[in-house]
Amino acid sequence: MKILKSISILMLIFIAMSCKKDDIKIEKPNELDGLKLVQSIQNDPFIIDLYTTSGKLEQGYNEIFFTVKDVEGNLIENVESTWSPLMHMMDKNHACPYSPISLVPNSKTLHKGYIVFQMAGNETEYWDLSFNLIVQESPYTVSGKINVLPTLKKRVTTFTGSDGKKYVLAMVQPNLPKEGLNEMTALLYKMENMMMFSPVSNYTINIDPRMPSMGNHSSPNNVNLTQKSSLFYEGKVAFSMTGYWKINLQVLNESSEVLKGEAVTDENESSSIYFEVEF
Amino acid sequence: MNKLCAAIFYIFSSLVVQHQLYAQETTDENLDSLINSYLLDEVIITGKKDLVNKQSKVLSSIDDYLESNNAINMMKRGAYAAEPLLNGMASERSVITIDGMRIYGACTDKMDPITSYVEITNLSKANIQSGQSGSCHGGTIAGSIDLVRQHSTCDNSGFKGMLFSGLESNNFQKIVGTKLSYSGSKFFSDIDFTFRDANNYKAGGKEKIPYSQFTKYNLSTTQGWKINLRHSLTASVIYDRATDVGYPALPMDVSLAEAVISSLAYSFTNISPHIFNWDTKVYYNHVKHIMDDSKRPDVPIRMDMPGQTNTAGLYSMLQGSKDKHTWKANISGHFNKSFADMTMYPNNPGEKEMYMLTWPGVHTYYTGIFGEDKIRWNDNWNTVASIGTAMHYDAVKNDFGLNSLQIFYPELKQGKSRWLKNAGISSTYIKGILIQNFGLAYAERAPSVSEGYGFYLFNSFDRYDYVGNPFLKNEKSIELNLATTLVFSKFNIKGQINYFRIYDYIIGVPQKNLIPMTIGAEGVKTYQQFKNAHLFNAQLVMSYDLLDYLQLSGNVVYRLGKIEKQDLPQIQPLTYNAKLKFEKNDYLAEIQIEGAAKQSQYGQNFGESPAQKYTILNATLAKQFNISMQHQLIVKTGVENILDKNYSTFSDWNKIPRMGRNFFLNLIWRF
Repeated sequence: MKILKSISILMLIFIAMSCKKDDIKIEKPNELDGLKLVQSIQNDPFIIDLYTTSGKLEQGYNEIFFTVKDVEGNLIENVESTWSPLMHMMDKNHACPYSPISLVPNSKTLHKGYIVFQMAGNETEYWDLSFNLIVQESPYTVSGKINVLPTLKKRVTTFTGSDGKKYVLAMVQPNLPKEGLNEMTALLYKMENMMMFSPVSNYTINIDPRMPSMGNHSSPNNVNLTQKSSLFYEGKVAFSMTGYWKINLQVLNESSEVLKGEAVTDENESSSIYFEVEF
Repeated sequence: MNKLCAAIFYIFSSLVVQHQLYAQETTDENLDSLINSYLLDEVIITGKKDLVNKQSKVLSSIDDYLESNNAINMMKRGAYAAEPLLNGMASERSVITIDGMRIYGACTDKMDPITSYVEITNLSKANIQSGQSGSCHGGTIAGSIDLVRQHSTCDNSGFKGMLFSGLESNNFQKIVGTKLSYSGSKFFSDIDFTFRDANNYKAGGKEKIPYSQFTKYNLSTTQGWKINLRHSLTASVIYDRATDVGYPALPMDVSLAEAVISSLAYSFTNISPHIFNWDTKVYYNHVKHIMDDSKRPDVPIRMDMPGQTNTAGLYSMLQGSKDKHTWKANISGHFNKSFADMTMYPNNPGEKEMYMLTWPGVHTYYTGIFGEDKIRWNDNWNTVASIGTAMHYDAVKNDFGLNSLQIFYPELKQGKSRWLKNAGISSTYIKGILIQNFGLAYAERAPSVSEGYGFYLFNSFDRYDYVGNPFLKNEKSIELNLATTLVFSKFNIKGQINYFRIYDYIIGVPQKNLIPMTIGAEGVKTYQQFKNAHLFNAQLVMSYDLLDYLQLSGNVVYRLGKIEKQDLPQIQPLTYNAKLKFEKNDYLAEIQIEGAAKQSQYGQNFGESPAQKYTILNATLAKQFNISMQHQLIVKTGVENILDKNYSTFSDWNKIPRMGRNFFLNLIWRF
């Protein structure tokens, strides 16, 4: 009996302890869960830590999170910020499409936004990212070189439309493609000049996923991308098997005129603009 | 006249006695065929004890055995594992069982029908039930084929054995095997083993048919225990393994087809004066099938297509009689898992493999009851009435597979229940030389795994990719049959017709907006339902005893299949067969002519081209040597397709020609 008693007491204690642990977790969720540090950019008196889900910055669309710390490592609240990425090429500099910055809901210190890098950096050409911060009504600038890696598969395309304008089109979803119907989203920007890109509204992006290694077959019930309630173009892409898929694209303006891209037919294996997915 | 009386006696006794009996006891071929032809919905192909004597080619494949039945055609995709078509309908519409056990083929392209997992040498008979009367073990429209295996009984007859060997010239097929059995008073044990190995065969005119080789092993064993006079237990296992099987009519071969089929049966006999039998069986089987294209030199892309099924089930059957009634009642249930996938290897080695599920982990649960009553009203009239119902539930259990099907059917849920019903009645009138039979029946079936859930299954016959349709309704049929037999002392003739009107007929329909997955395919078909289809089967069977030892027999079969004024594909044209048989003392000689008229009605809209007419000639000679009381040697030899005709029938997939001239030799030593 004694043994039984002591066992039950032990068990009670154990249960109480485990409950306590759970409670702590619920009280303080780590808002950085699921994010990996990409790099820190330091210009006194602040350090900006950049995070993405992959821990990398890549050519194409990137959702980027960041926090602002002082040199002692304290997170700073009430920061107003803007950012500007810039590509330093051999002969010229240019920017790229990016979003404004906002605070992650329910957080006081974690900010987010997205940047579409239309090209990767290399040994001689590089991106840098500058932040303009306003902390307690004083302006600061934090900037540094960032490493934008090339991707094996094409997730962004730049083209000149039949209207003579330059566009940047980037795939946002599917980020983790799966067999079956996938939500697909993309962003379309028009290049106003080297430094300014503006989002394009009310166009249509036709998609035609194909498997070039398997007779260039397609999949059924894809939904072309259109804007619903946000800047993002939304639709659906179906993958009937795993492997390498080429999503052929056509960009149509408000009057349904094709600005770029060709339909895939028996004679024409691929459109001139496309995304690639492999899983 | 004696023969006629005997025939009628047997007919009546068949109403009260179990089916197996007359197959064992009848020795008179003529009588046997008479009874067979009388039994409209049941045809017994091979007898138990005299299997060796009756068939001119004892060690032929099971396919040839079944094909000799007028209700069956064998769809050949090569030299091995033909698919049985029953009453002009493909295997989705029939239920094929081994000793009442449900087994699901594991090949998405129907390259492994259930009939390929047994050997002729361990088969006792095939019970072929036409139409609804075959609904005992599952919902069916066309009928059922139950392959009944031989086993010993506890009759204290000691050790017996058989050694056999065969050789065929055309494809150099070698057959060896043995069969051993021991029977005590409380226990029996049977074991048999068959090995077959064949090279490529040659069609008429020495045309080589590459990829038609095969190798097959079959091991089968049954153990029985007699607990007491009324209770017994039987355990049985079949292991069948085929390797390196070529399918010349298909773009892929098979590197492995393997089945393990096991069962445990309990039998309780003479329960009461009115109940003779209570048989209960639990079973489990596993089938594995691996398609392989590694021997084909030119394929656009290399792929693996393995498939497997697991089935567990049970049935419990009561049989009895009272006054005019002889009845049976059966309850059965099974659970099946079917899974098949496909991995494609891109020619560019840097690319990832392409993978998909072709049978997306489909689980099927089936529970059914079936009852049958044979009523003998008087000396002239008797009636068989049967009724059954079943619950069928199937579900896609694999998320990957469910996601892929949701591309086509976004509203698809995981599972679906169906309620299946069937009922039938048939009556026989016997007077003088006339036996008249007529019947009417209603039956339903659930769609097959491929019809419901198949994903891009390539059909090399019409060159379409097929996608299943989970929202199909049950297929229903009304069946009408009529048979007239006239029995004279030396001559008898039977004419039989049956007509199926099928509602919500399931067939693939091209979908113009879909792009095929398979390289070189014409398009994509999804399974859809036509309001109705019609199938008409007619046959005429005759036999005439020229002399006591010389018999002439023949039969003519014709089928017609229509769907909304279009001809259905793969329907048998007018086919005939005539045989002259000499049987005296221990000699047996046979010469046979068989052929078909040109297929005038063919499924033009389903990618079918007409089969041409043909006539072929076969001859066999057999002799039994009685060495001693215990030892017998049976030698059977013959030539098939004597004139080396190059031909193909309507049921040859992609019109692959059948075998040319073939000499065979079968040796059986019994001890």
